[in-house]
Amino acid sequence: MLRDIRRWGPPLLLISPSLILVGIFVYGLIAINTYTSMTDMHTAAQTTGKAPVSFVGLQNYWELLASDSFQHSLKNLALYTIVFLSGALVFGFMWAWLLDRPVKYEGVFRSIYLFPMAVSFIASGVVWRWLLNSNVDDKATGLNRLFQIVGLNFLQNGWWNNVNVGITAIAIPAIWQLAGYIMALFLAGFRGIPQELREAARVDGVSEFQLYRLVVFPQLTPILLSAVIVIGHMSLKVFDLIMSISKPANYQTKVPAIDMFVFKSQYDYANSAAVGVILLVIVAVLIVPYLVHVARSGRR
Amino acid sequence: MAVTEAQTTSSAPSPRPPRRQVDPRYALGRTVKYLVLFFFLVVVLIPVYVLVVTSFKGSGDATAARAWSLPTVWVLDNWGEAWTTLAPAIGRSVMLAVPASIISSILGSMNGFVLSRWRFRGADVVFTLILFGMFIPYQAVMIPLLQLVLGIGLPSGVPTLIMLHVIYGIPITTLIFRNYYESVPIELIEAGRVDGAGMLRAYWSIVLPLSIPSFVVVLIWQFTSIWNDFLFAVFFSSSQNGPVTLALNNLANGSILANYGASMAGALLASAPTMLVYILLGKYFIGGLMSGSVKG
Repeated sequence: MLRDIRRWGPPLLLISPSLILVGIFVYGLIAINTYTSMTDMHTAAQTTGKAPVSFVGLQNYWELLASDSFQHSLKNLALYTIVFLSGALVFGFMWAWLLDRPVKYEGVFRSIYLFPMAVSFIASGVVWRWLLNSNVDDKATGLNRLFQIVGLNFLQNGWWNNVNVGITAIAIPAIWQLAGYIMALFLAGFRGIPQELREAARVDGVSEFQLYRLVVFPQLTPILLSAVIVIGHMSLKVFDLIMSISKPANYQTKVPAIDMFVFKSQYDYANSAAVGVILLVIVAVLIVPYLVHVARSGRR
Repeated sequence: MAVTEAQTTSSAPSPRPPRRQVDPRYALGRTVKYLVLFFFLVVVLIPVYVLVVTSFKGSGDATAARAWSLPTVWVLDNWGEAWTTLAPAIGRSVMLAVPASIISSILGSMNGFVLSRWRFRGADVVFTLILFGMFIPYQAVMIPLLQLVLGIGLPSGVPTLIMLHVIYGIPITTLIFRNYYESVPIELIEAGRVDGAGMLRAYWSIVLPLSIPSFVVVLIWQFTSIWNDFLFAVFFSSSQNGPVTLALNNLANGSILANYGASMAGALLASAPTMLVYILLGKYFIGGLMSGSVKG
């Protein structure tokens, strides 16, 4: 008995505060949130307990998913994720590939490509709001004005003011901020491939193209997976950038995280909670298989 | 990054033909490569040019036609206005980010140590459950969190935000420390054990002093993400008691005719601390980024 306490006591003492906090604030609150999403708590009086709240099951979900407005948010989220993810991966990989072979001033290029990562979305949103200004021709500022100056007038457009694809304009600053991070990941991946492996393949008479296909790319697959996971889950939670570039009330750029905030501001806690659960489900579908994979490979 | 630096030099005998051999195709390729790299350097720096230039422009200069030009007269008014508006919020961000990063690093270190050394059944499951907390969209806990905070009457602003950042920082700090402690040779701790040190003693006098590099990485990571946070700020504080991201967003979106000069000076001011960290401690910053990518 005493031996058990001596053995189990200290580690439990160190870790239990965190376990309790994570248990309550992550899993406990997710449970309460799920319950709230299944009630009819749609008014301020109900949130303060002055009016009764009743259980309505999945009704909020059916109504949300059936509404044009929320479908628009989901479509926006999908578009944003596709553009952000592919953009960050393409530029990040290209920069890493270019910097992998010895390059003069490598440190300068690397540091400058990476620096936007240190800046908040709110701060970068200030300048991108100006760059993505939708005015054209005489009134054009930002990128539209730059296109005029360099004679690419046809590239002028309304950026995020376009109802159908405006959200993809918001992905541009996101790519600007995160491509350098993907570069850093891939660069570490390239450098992690033993030089002897490449040499050996070359001695075997493998062409440069085959070298990449057979040796380099397979080694980079875990990096690609991490990159997709990190960018993907960031993308699903996009909020700050839209708040600072567009406005929460703008239909063109709304996504679920924005809906959640707007519902909350209207004291519609039930719908707000439901949007949160929907986001959680989307993230879980992406993350849980990955975490299981990581846990399994970690045990080996 | 130190590691990659070392590997660059060791891989110096390039597989490509040595430069002395004159191969015009190779030279052309090199030139194209540098042109591409330089082009992207310019693209990445465009927003910085706009921020700096616009922040020094007077109102007469801020016209559409002169949008990309340098200021005719460099003025400091925007900086004065931004500083007056943001200074209190910058102070609050310091009061928030410094203690919150320190506390969450200490918790992460304790958890990481236990989870890397204490192989009980289900340890992997516990670790995975903690890790998932890193990926959850906070939108899925925000409503009950708001009700809880209001319900127990916590003050809006810095104290509550410290608490939230500490709690939701547990997963990432635990992960980074666990990965670090897995790489510490077990013999070091065993040696201490033999000398009669208990687990707590071993942690305090052997492990903690070894953890300094890891603490630097985690502190930088936490400081940066807490300083840059907007989501918790907008839910749990107001413009009177919130951090600088909230104040900056209000400054930039406040008036109908936004004053871009002041907003951009403000954006530069609000980014100064994290940029400084990035410039002075770049390699640790990258260390944090790498650990954040969960490579198992």
